[in-house]
Amino acid sequence: MSAQTGSAAQASRAQPVRYGSMSRSRRWALRWSYFFLVLFAAFFLLPPFYMLITSLKTSAEISAATNPWWVFSPTLENYIELLTTDQYLVFFRNSALVSLIVVTLTMVISVPAAFALSRMKFWGSATLATGVFLTYLVPETLLFIPLFKIFAEVRNLTGIELINNWWVLLILYPTLTVPFCTWIMIGYFASIPKELDEAALIDGATWMQTLTKIFIPVALPGLIAATIFAFTVSWAQFLYPLAFTTSTDQLVLPVGIVTTLIKGDVFNWGQIMTGALLGAAPPLVIYAFLMDYYIAGLTAGATKG
Amino acid sequence: MSQTAQASSVAVPRRTMRQWLKRPSTIAFLMTLPLILLIGLLVLYPAGYAIHLATLNKGMTRFVGFGNFEFLFGRETFWMVVKQSCIFAITAVVFKAIIGFVVAHFVHNIPSKGQRKWRGMLLVPWVIPPAMSTLAWLWLFDPSYSAFNWVLAQFGADPVPWTGDAYWARFSVILVNIWIGSPFFMIMYLAALKSVPDQLYEAALIDGANWWQRIWYITLPMMRNIIAITALFSLIVTFANFDIVRILTAGGPLDLTHVFATWSFLVGIESGDIPLGASVSLFMMPFLAIAAVIILRDVVKRGSQA
Amino acid sequence: MAEVSLHKVVKRYEGVEAVRGIDLTIGDKEFVVLVGPSGCGKSTTLRMIAGLEEITDGAIQIDGTVVNDVPPKDRDIAMVFQNYALYPHMTVSENMSFGLRLKRFPKDEIRRRVDEAARILNIEDLLERKPRQLSGGQRQRVAMGRAIVRNPKVFLFDEPLSNLDAKLRVQMRTEIKRVHQQVPVTTVYVTHDQVEAMTLADRVVVMNDGVIEQVGAPNELYHSPRTRFVAGFIGSPSMNFLRCKLDREGEDLMVRLADGVALTLPAESRERYREHVGRELVLGLRPEHLTETRPPRNGEVVAPFPAVPDVVEPMGMDTLVYFRVGREEVCARMDPSANPRVGEPITLAANLARMHLLDPGSGLVLGTRPTG
Ligand SMILES: Nc1ncnc2c1ncn2[C@@H]1O[C@H](COP(=O)(O)OP(=O)(O)OP(=O)(O)O)[C@@H](O)[C@H]1O
Ligand SMILES: [Mg+2]
Repeated sequence: MSAQTGSAAQASRAQPVRYGSMSRSRRWALRWSYFFLVLFAAFFLLPPFYMLITSLKTSAEISAATNPWWVFSPTLENYIELLTTDQYLVFFRNSALVSLIVVTLTMVISVPAAFALSRMKFWGSATLATGVFLTYLVPETLLFIPLFKIFAEVRNLTGIELINNWWVLLILYPTLTVPFCTWIMIGYFASIPKELDEAALIDGATWMQTLTKIFIPVALPGLIAATIFAFTVSWAQFLYPLAFTTSTDQLVLPVGIVTTLIKGDVFNWGQIMTGALLGAAPPLVIYAFLMDYYIAGLTAGATKG
Repeated sequence: MSQTAQASSVAVPRRTMRQWLKRPSTIAFLMTLPLILLIGLLVLYPAGYAIHLATLNKGMTRFVGFGNFEFLFGRETFWMVVKQSCIFAITAVVFKAIIGFVVAHFVHNIPSKGQRKWRGMLLVPWVIPPAMSTLAWLWLFDPSYSAFNWVLAQFGADPVPWTGDAYWARFSVILVNIWIGSPFFMIMYLAALKSVPDQLYEAALIDGANWWQRIWYITLPMMRNIIAITALFSLIVTFANFDIVRILTAGGPLDLTHVFATWSFLVGIESGDIPLGASVSLFMMPFLAIAAVIILRDVVKRGSQA
Repeated sequence: MAEVSLHKVVKRYEGVEAVRGIDLTIGDKEFVVLVGPSGCGKSTTLRMIAGLEEITDGAIQIDGTVVNDVPPKDRDIAMVFQNYALYPHMTVSENMSFGLRLKRFPKDEIRRRVDEAARILNIEDLLERKPRQLSGGQRQRVAMGRAIVRNPKVFLFDEPLSNLDAKLRVQMRTEIKRVHQQVPVTTVYVTHDQVEAMTLADRVVVMNDGVIEQVGAPNELYHSPRTRFVAGFIGSPSMNFLRCKLDREGEDLMVRLADGVALTLPAESRERYREHVGRELVLGLRPEHLTETRPPRNGEVVAPFPAVPDVVEPMGMDTLVYFRVGREEVCARMDPSANPRVGEPITLAANLARMHLLDPGSGLVLGTRPTG
């Protein structure tokens, strides 16, 4: 908080007094800030913390009347049991497969499209860019019923059974990931100076080479942000798999945990929390390592373009 | 000069298929084709198809016009859903915005080398898949084993029926939504705060403005755009929310916490009345369209400034 | 052999005509500079030669072939941009060799050419650095290196020095000239800085509002501008333009200005202006030809010119003096030792051998042929 030389000179007469009071009030402001930050952090981290505690408890301890905020006899029982159940591993595998393929599909569709939309003007390109943004605002809750019916019709017409197959999600998830990724990639590409692709054009690069050899490397941070976004959205998606898949071997993790572990009257909370925590782990790990890209992607959606 | 004449005769192009394929605009079109197909087939077509579906009877054999809508207007549950969706979205967004703003300020206040760490911790709720974190809340709200009620019991207070009582259930779903969403606001506002030049605050300080005046006359006006756009984005997402209500209360007790998304799922998928479900979800459209138009105006405005 | 020629080249954007019919032939190995005020269409012309803009009408030939529909990469040109446009993720040597690698040149050939260019430009030590680790001048060299390694038929420069500070600009200017002498290639260079244009060019093309005003060697433009625009654009501070009337007095021709100032034309120019006697004209006189009174040098024909300085600007080497004749402001360039003061009347010497008379309507300089 060093004052600019100009403003310091302006305030030179009042400075000694003001400086003293300013630093004292700043010290207080700092204390209050830390106090409230601790409070909010406690609120924000409480549920995941409670997940962790519960996951380390035995069923007996969970149903005992002891202090729920403490683990008296920690055990990895829940983890071992869950990770040796085929069912849970199938959920995990389905989730991983779906997310990885969707991320790939998303990038394959949105990066060239963003390149074309930001650099090669053609008839309707401006409208399309706006359309991409609008599509991003259309929630899945508006589309799942007509899509469900359409997929049923497709089966009636062609005999291809789409519903209740995990790979139907590969068709559905891109509707959530592609518009946003295209949108933020348009923003990242647009910030690359036009002379750069002109230089490449003169150097003899085709459009494809300009994209792969210049644009993608230069906009790599944006690409990483978009990839992270596509992955977290695919991993977390709940409505589509709930509506479109039902057999336990076709479920992805969020739906699998909610429907199979909760069903019935017996809630095995130790296992549910363990499953949920493991399900939350991949996005959390990615976030821990690539936090800056993650945040860049978040803010880019609304500030770029 | 003969060269020129020759040039203009060459310049008249004969477009063969090959040349057409090599034109930049053709290449660009081909590059966007998958995107166009995706938007057309999986977003626009279903959206239009939803309108068609909404005009059919339950067996989807007969055209009933506005029959489904008339039926909905006659049902008390529908009006409850409309009311609850609005209460849910508006309350949640207002609190998310306030909490996000306040927390962003606190983070912005502390020395910048510590900011990264705090920001990292405070964003965790947004990173966890909502279905997973809502399960944790569900367990925290458990009727018999609620960890919150245990704490209350230590102070001799009565247990709270977090998801059992209509009003508490409404409170709970909103609370969880605020918990998940305010970190997003915090991040957006923090980015906006960082873009306000320090000189402005220094100038205000010299002019004798106190902290409240600095926020009111400098921070808020400078952040107005980002505050508005974040709130509108969040309004859309919150309004269309499914995961939280579905997992926490499944609409209960007595359908009192249903929002459009969960109720249309119940009606359309679980009860198998697709046209009625489509009609319910279509009611989200006008609300979303209004928010989208406002956002779009801002985005287009910013595009033309750039 | 690489000659570039433009035939009636027109560029139209929606609504605006940026380039309005340009005819120009640039000889092999010639260094031509396009100069003109901002927005006059210099960049557009250069970019059409590069193939980055489509040509609305007319034709461009490189080395005898019409290239209207030839994409940039097949025109065998290289371009240096104002902001350098270096690929930020590549090292200097990767930047320079990118074009060659795309064309699948053999590795040792690439190596040889990059080393050669680096040697010419004195950037051998920088080859492994990324652009962001370079200073502005170094980036500029790399951008030129990228052009040199391609060994193109034509070099195109679009204001390559305007992002550099004044000192570096002068240094790089000499560098560009040196490189052109070492690697003589047909060059088209765009700038809005007339000093750059004058020092670098074999021929300067002055453009204004989408058309060519005049083409000529630097000295030719300075001494015999054909239009008021060129006369005013070339030279700094720019030429004074004063409304005047041409009169005859016996054998002599007189230029009468406001405030009763009258100048007698030298005998040599009588013939040239005789037909304009009696007309209202514009007198063009450069500040450097309006100086303190001193013994005339070789070929100078001086006339006394009274003045009362309004503003005096010492520049070190000389002192600029501003005063008024009627309602028009005039600038004179004096030796500092003359020590002019504001408000004190002085008598200046106008070198009339260097003056021009212009037609106030058409803006053409009298006695020169219009650009054909
Ligand atoms: N893409 C475009 N669309 C519409 N008008 C354009 C476009 N590019 C250039 N122009 C117009 O064409 C005219 C010439 O532009 P050009 O860039 O050639 O000027 P310039 O001589 O290079 O100027 P400067 O010295 O500022 O670079 C200008 O009036 C400009 O506004
Ligand atoms: Mg230009």
